[in-house]
Amino acid sequence: MDVLLWGIAPYVAMAVLIGGLIWRYRYDQFGWTTRSSQLYESRLLRIGSPLFHFGILAVVAGHFFGLVIPMSWTEAVGMSQDFYHFNALFVGGVAGIGTLGGMAILIYRRRKIGPVFMATTRNDKMMYVVLAAAIVFGLWTTLASVFLGGHGHNYRETVAPWFRSLFILQPDIASMAAAPFSFHLHTLVGMLLFVIWPFTRLVHAFTAPLHYLFRPYIVYRSRDRRGSSSSPTRRGWAPVGTRDRDNRTR
Amino acid sequence: MRVMAQMGMVMNLDKCIGCHTCSVTCKQAWTNRAGTEYVWFNNVETRPGQGYPRRYEDQEKWRGGWTLNKRGRLKLKGGGRLRKMLGLFASPVQPELKDYYEPWTYDYKNLVDAPLGDDFPVARPKSLITGEDTKVTWSANWDDNLAGTSEMGHLDPLVEKVRRESADKIKFEFEQTFMFYLPRICEHCLNPSCMASCPSGAIYKRVEDGIVLVDQDKCRGWRQCVTGCPYKKIYFNHKTGKAEKCTFCYPRVEVGLPTVCSETCVGRLRYLGLFLYDADKVTEAASVPEDRDLYQAQLDVLLDPNDPAVVAAAREQEIPDDWIDAAQRSPVYALAKVYRIALPLHPEYRTMPMVWYVPPLSPIVDLLRDQGHDAEDHGNLFGAIDELRIPVEYLAELFTAGDTDMVTGVLKKLAAMRSYMRGISLGNDPDDSIPEAVGMEGETMYEMYRLMAIAKYEERYVIPKAHVEQAHDLEEMGCSLDYDGGPGMQDSPFGEASGVPTPVAVETFHALQQRQTSDAPGGRETLRGRVNLLNWDGNGVPEGMFPDRQDGEEPR
Repeated sequence: MDVLLWGIAPYVAMAVLIGGLIWRYRYDQFGWTTRSSQLYESRLLRIGSPLFHFGILAVVAGHFFGLVIPMSWTEAVGMSQDFYHFNALFVGGVAGIGTLGGMAILIYRRRKIGPVFMATTRNDKMMYVVLAAAIVFGLWTTLASVFLGGHGHNYRETVAPWFRSLFILQPDIASMAAAPFSFHLHTLVGMLLFVIWPFTRLVHAFTAPLHYLFRPYIVYRSRDRRGSSSSPTRRGWAPVGTRDRDNRTR
Repeated sequence: MRVMAQMGMVMNLDKCIGCHTCSVTCKQAWTNRAGTEYVWFNNVETRPGQGYPRRYEDQEKWRGGWTLNKRGRLKLKGGGRLRKMLGLFASPVQPELKDYYEPWTYDYKNLVDAPLGDDFPVARPKSLITGEDTKVTWSANWDDNLAGTSEMGHLDPLVEKVRRESADKIKFEFEQTFMFYLPRICEHCLNPSCMASCPSGAIYKRVEDGIVLVDQDKCRGWRQCVTGCPYKKIYFNHKTGKAEKCTFCYPRVEVGLPTVCSETCVGRLRYLGLFLYDADKVTEAASVPEDRDLYQAQLDVLLDPNDPAVVAAAREQEIPDDWIDAAQRSPVYALAKVYRIALPLHPEYRTMPMVWYVPPLSPIVDLLRDQGHDAEDHGNLFGAIDELRIPVEYLAELFTAGDTDMVTGVLKKLAAMRSYMRGISLGNDPDDSIPEAVGMEGETMYEMYRLMAIAKYEERYVIPKAHVEQAHDLEEMGCSLDYDGGPGMQDSPFGEASGVPTPVAVETFHALQQRQTSDAPGGRETLRGRVNLLNWDGNGVPEGMFPDRQDGEEPR
């Protein structure tokens, strides 16, 4: 069981993530968008969305710090375990709560604002469940270590070595198996999130437009030779109507 | 000098009767789809009026276009690159649907399905966004023909400005008001701020003809372009999550046909043609310190296509000879730079817009006539142009960043033309003092009259075709010859509409040339006798399509 969960599943998730991204990039550029709903409603979005996004960026940075940088390195620069732990819990907790709060606002908005709810696909709802689960369980591991077990579990001796070992293709299954259940749960949901990532609207994260900071303002391009708008899949040309309502009531 | 070609448009506002035919045909051609219900690539506004979306010209609120920074260099009014990146998660100033309007349809089905009763069934308005009952409170031309202007006229940002800066007031009392129509499409700017705002780099300007397009595959829906465009002519498709904009009907223009809005214009007020411009000078021209110098700077960027040096430089840039020839015959160049009667819309946004407008003389003519004066007499007209400050100041806010002298000059040329030609029509000797009064020669004025008043189809639209040797570069062609009548055509057993779509450019061209001009049923030769519901174009009664009618039976 441990081998399956911590030795095989991570590679499957990684393969689906990378393969899915390549597939989507090649065959579904048109669907690769944030599908912003700001046109419908922007008051709640202006609070919730930045809160969530900046929060999640901080969370990602925290994961990088905790998982990728070995404990020996932070100790080598004289950072004590206690100091590290306090920082991780404090900054991680704040970021996590911000993310969760932002997400709560966004989900409330999605459910309560009519047009936004109508623009929500089944795919979106499924994605929200997985994403919310990953965040909640992640926050739980953090908070549990504060309120339950004193210093809590030192994941830098279990989860982190396992995570790093994945990339040298020699998964350290034993150390991951030794981590508590809450970490197992968070990791599993995280893997699930990576699996569905390429197939949901989350893909927009992989085309964060960092090159905007460097490109020239004016873009010239010769007439497109790919003839993309003639391709058989012509989405965006659906007829006008109130199909959303028709679908809903039936 | 780096010569580039730019398709441009001029609209002669005196001829616009505000019939909205251009808007409707454009909508039918381009935005009759889910997600674009509220979108009008072409719209016609009554001015004074708020426009569409409401008050879009208030750049202190909407932050569109460019401005100069402290060092005198161009920067986006909406903020620099870093600012844009930080605003990705919730665009700080984006118009919402209520700033455009909530699109609606009517529940026509109820008219047929309602049970028998004492009351007439009604078709209630339904929102196209939520599908629920809705109350229609605004639209893309709600204040058409000054409707409600006595209540809401002050909401026009230009009215506000003129009121602030002028001693006289714009009045909305019936007797004292003036109005004209302003059709608007994307300006296909030389220095587009939508493009500069796009984080993904999905908006591009075509090298060959300067048409600005959104790459639908590259757009990621960051929606900064909507903020960036000061004319609010980029729209967010809320179904696909992509930005969309006026395409200058590129599939038609590529085969030498005018855009849909131009072709269907009842007043024949649109002109299409090429500009040659110096691409290296654009940024410099857009950065001149004074707003009022921008119009002249924009004119200076345009190159004289008859200048041998320009022609040589154009050839160097591999602009084909027939394009250079088209540029020499270009009506838009003539109106903008030779006669200098076409003005850019809001040059102060610093985007170098390439849709130009001949300002309307009609508000002044109408006022003169209403007061019982001879509205064709140049003396009267000149006097009135000088006297009637309010329309002139309003026009100046629209077209010359507030420089009334420039607008006065243009209006006087139009007035002079009117008066000069009336003299000729009445059989008098041409009075050359009239053109001289506005610094023109009689002959030039007559040519201008031909282009403005006679406005032959082939003189209004001088559109060079995209090149055969570049055919594989055409947006729609790919390398395919498998279109209707092409050598590689494969017959499809399922009728005209099945299989890989015919390239838009080719389809349009053939459709216009053959299908719409013939009375016979359409479709290809090989499909004759095999018309079905999908490929029937409504002409004739194809065999096998309808049941045979029995003798004596009433047609159903």
